[in-house]
Amino acid sequence: MVTRLKEVDAVVIGVGWSGSILARELTKAGLKVVGLERGAMRLPETDFALPHSRDELSNGVRLGLVLDPSIETYTMRHATDETALPIRRFGAFLPGMGLGGAGTIWNGLTWRFTPFDHAARTRTIERYGAGVIPEDMPLSDWAMSYDELEPFYERFEKLCGVSGRAGNLRGRKIDGGNIFEGTRQSDYPNPPLVQSQAGHMFETAARKLGLHPYPTPSSNVSTAYTNPEGATLGACQYCGHCDRFGCAVNAKASPNSAILPVLLRDPNFELRTDAYVTRLIYDKAGRKVTAVRYIDRKSGEEYEQPAGIVALCSYTFSNTRLMLMSGIGTPYDPHSGTGSVGKNFCYQVTSQVQVFTKEEINPFMATGGHAMNVDDFNGDNFDHTGLGFIGGALIFAGPTHGRPIVNRPVPPGTPRWGRAWKEATAKWYNHSFSMHASGGNFANRGNYLDLDPTYRDEAGLPLLRMTFNFREQDYKLSAYTLGKAIEIAKAMNPALLGTPMPRKGNLNVVPYQSTHNTGGTIMGDDPHTSVVNRDLQSWEADNLFILGASVFPQNPAHPPTGAVGALSYWAAQAILTRYVKSPGPLN
Amino acid sequence: MASGRLTLTADEVSFFTAAADTLIPGDDLSPSASACGVIDFIDSELAGAWGQGARLYRNGPILKGKPEHGYQLGLTPREFFRTGIAAAERWTQSTYGKNFAGLDDPDAALSAMETGKASFDGFEAREFFEALLSIVMEGFFADPIHGGNRDMAGWKMVGYPGQPANYRDVIEQHRGKRYDVAPRSITDIGK
Ligand SMILES: Cc1cc2nc3c(=O)[nH]c(=O)nc-3n(C[C@H](O)[C@H](O)[C@H](O)COP(=O)(O)OP(=O)(O)OC[C@H]3O[C@@H](n4cnc5c(N)ncnc54)[C@H](O)[C@@H]3O)c2cc1C
Ligand code: SF4
Repeated sequence: MVTRLKEVDAVVIGVGWSGSILARELTKAGLKVVGLERGAMRLPETDFALPHSRDELSNGVRLGLVLDPSIETYTMRHATDETALPIRRFGAFLPGMGLGGAGTIWNGLTWRFTPFDHAARTRTIERYGAGVIPEDMPLSDWAMSYDELEPFYERFEKLCGVSGRAGNLRGRKIDGGNIFEGTRQSDYPNPPLVQSQAGHMFETAARKLGLHPYPTPSSNVSTAYTNPEGATLGACQYCGHCDRFGCAVNAKASPNSAILPVLLRDPNFELRTDAYVTRLIYDKAGRKVTAVRYIDRKSGEEYEQPAGIVALCSYTFSNTRLMLMSGIGTPYDPHSGTGSVGKNFCYQVTSQVQVFTKEEINPFMATGGHAMNVDDFNGDNFDHTGLGFIGGALIFAGPTHGRPIVNRPVPPGTPRWGRAWKEATAKWYNHSFSMHASGGNFANRGNYLDLDPTYRDEAGLPLLRMTFNFREQDYKLSAYTLGKAIEIAKAMNPALLGTPMPRKGNLNVVPYQSTHNTGGTIMGDDPHTSVVNRDLQSWEADNLFILGASVFPQNPAHPPTGAVGALSYWAAQAILTRYVKSPGPLN
Repeated sequence: MASGRLTLTADEVSFFTAAADTLIPGDDLSPSASACGVIDFIDSELAGAWGQGARLYRNGPILKGKPEHGYQLGLTPREFFRTGIAAAERWTQSTYGKNFAGLDDPDAALSAMETGKASFDGFEAREFFEALLSIVMEGFFADPIHGGNRDMAGWKMVGYPGQPANYRDVIEQHRGKRYDVAPRSITDIGK
């Protein structure tokens, strides 16, 4: 039996970064909002407290704060003629679960996308002609330009107290910042973090090569900071436990530290944890989602929560899965190319090389975001003529941690155990760091999401199935940008270099790559080829908004969350200034 | 025979001890794995929630995948090691006429599993080796609160300072310089 609850003004599904921001904006404007989060309550003072929170085994290896796959996981296959198998343990990416979502356990690298990223199709055709776009790549522009989103990027940076150095302030290029970035109206709210030895070596080498190194814009705040919500973030301790952990000193901006302390006190907001949303009740004729169905995971009881506005804020996978399970819109068909729900599923093209140094590195003195980077080989910042790919990679170095269960590199040829392994490990642990070329991933007609015909979640509902593989574009991008990273590494005069690891072969769900999964409910200006319009409103249901990286038409090289935050403020503004006044299609 | 353990049998204890001490032998860099509590660690991990299959999707059908699909067996870690050790011991017996703990050259036996030269009946030798190597390394490097890494021997070997990991006031002076401190564990700072 399903219990039908009293209608509220808005329901937010998933209380991570996008759900928290949207809920905060709506409650501030006086709307009554219910937040439904499938995971547990998570408060910094109880759940991320020392001494236990910096335990590598529990959180870093056993993944205590990540989605429990026995509740819900995804299946994966490389092509439509294969049978997808379930991801039984997460590895390549780590979806969030619990109050704060993946926002609790992120590293904190907080980039904006570039003007090119917002207009990749137009810019590529302008410079190289349409012929360079592979036939199976549905390349699209974003539904809004960089300049339109700029004030919203700024709002998210101020919320997070981002530490960084501007490289393009109102058109003035600033050496030491990212001179390739889009024009910013204001500098970062906090100065950059203290640089690591690895970052320092990277910076010197990159300058020697005539490149433009700059510090990571980071939500690990360099100095204590009170954000516009009135939440206070502590100064970063460089403890090396950002990714996969909650921050014990609230120095990493997360929903839990930067916004939930205020939201949870707001009487207009009601949070329900352990609320696993299984369906949006869709009135097709009325073009509305009338209610949201969920299971209370503690009791097993089912509820239906009616609402005036419904927002999917449940990350790429659940956003897409809930659209498919609720029968809203047309599922994408890779053979005919028709339909839009599930299309343009993208990931990340990561490549790396290990650098072994004469210098002491102290990899454990680290934060998620104190690397040094270059954008010289990102987007369209270099000439692609004859290269056979478009886009590029963010190249960077700087340890994010020295946690020894997983981070203890040894030179190529070293055995993996025994006396020789011990000697090499003791010798190199403090003399090594990795260099990364983290590439964007463009959409491919064959990469998409749909419902798995066989495997089921804890509630007996179909798992989401990903059909994904890397393509020629990705392999070429990886080889080229890793080559550039190796040139920088060589200019550091290292003791040794590891075996280069370009992206090769099939998608492998075991080694961590990034939790930057995008697409499935993309934005656009055509209801036939996109799922939401430029206000992130569903083309099929006027009161349904979709937030998160699932709306990206393709995944740029920079990490996604700066844009996820910006788009949350963008959608909130559209809802509050236009939709609430006259509910109906905004475009 | 009783093992005095939470879950490991006496035979499993002798297998794990011999294998772990081959992977991490005692020398002047550290005591051996078993002397560092790695077997205690394995026992408590396999008896606990993780060993019993927590955070593992176990629904069928169980099908053989590509390596890129990752773990595809229906076994919990506890069951995996029970079945895997039995298969490893059968292979050791038939190859060398002895059980693993009695081998003269355990390095060669582990190398054969690592490279796939060993073929177990009914079990993937390489998959078994990888899981063995992982759990032994976890026991050597995890915080001692989990039962291994006794006296923080693993951390001392590499120079990892452990807890509480507050480097704000030292990071700048130690850029490029060794940071020499005695490591501390969760129990040390919880005192
Ligand atoms: C280890 C790690 C490191 C990362 N580092 C970075 C980084 O440095 N920089 C960067 O830009 N990005 C990083 N990310 C990605 C970043 O965390 C995400 O982009 C961001 O959290 C996305 O926000 P979101 O609101 O879309 O999703 P989330 O923050 O994950 O929130 C989604 C919420 O929805 C809930 N939910 C899902 N399905 C349901 C359902 N059916 N019913 C109810 N609730 C549901 C989830 O439990 C979750 O709490 C990292 C991620 C991880 C895991
Ligand atoms: S490195 Fe800084 S921001 Fe990251 S978890 Fe530690 S104290 Fe928090």
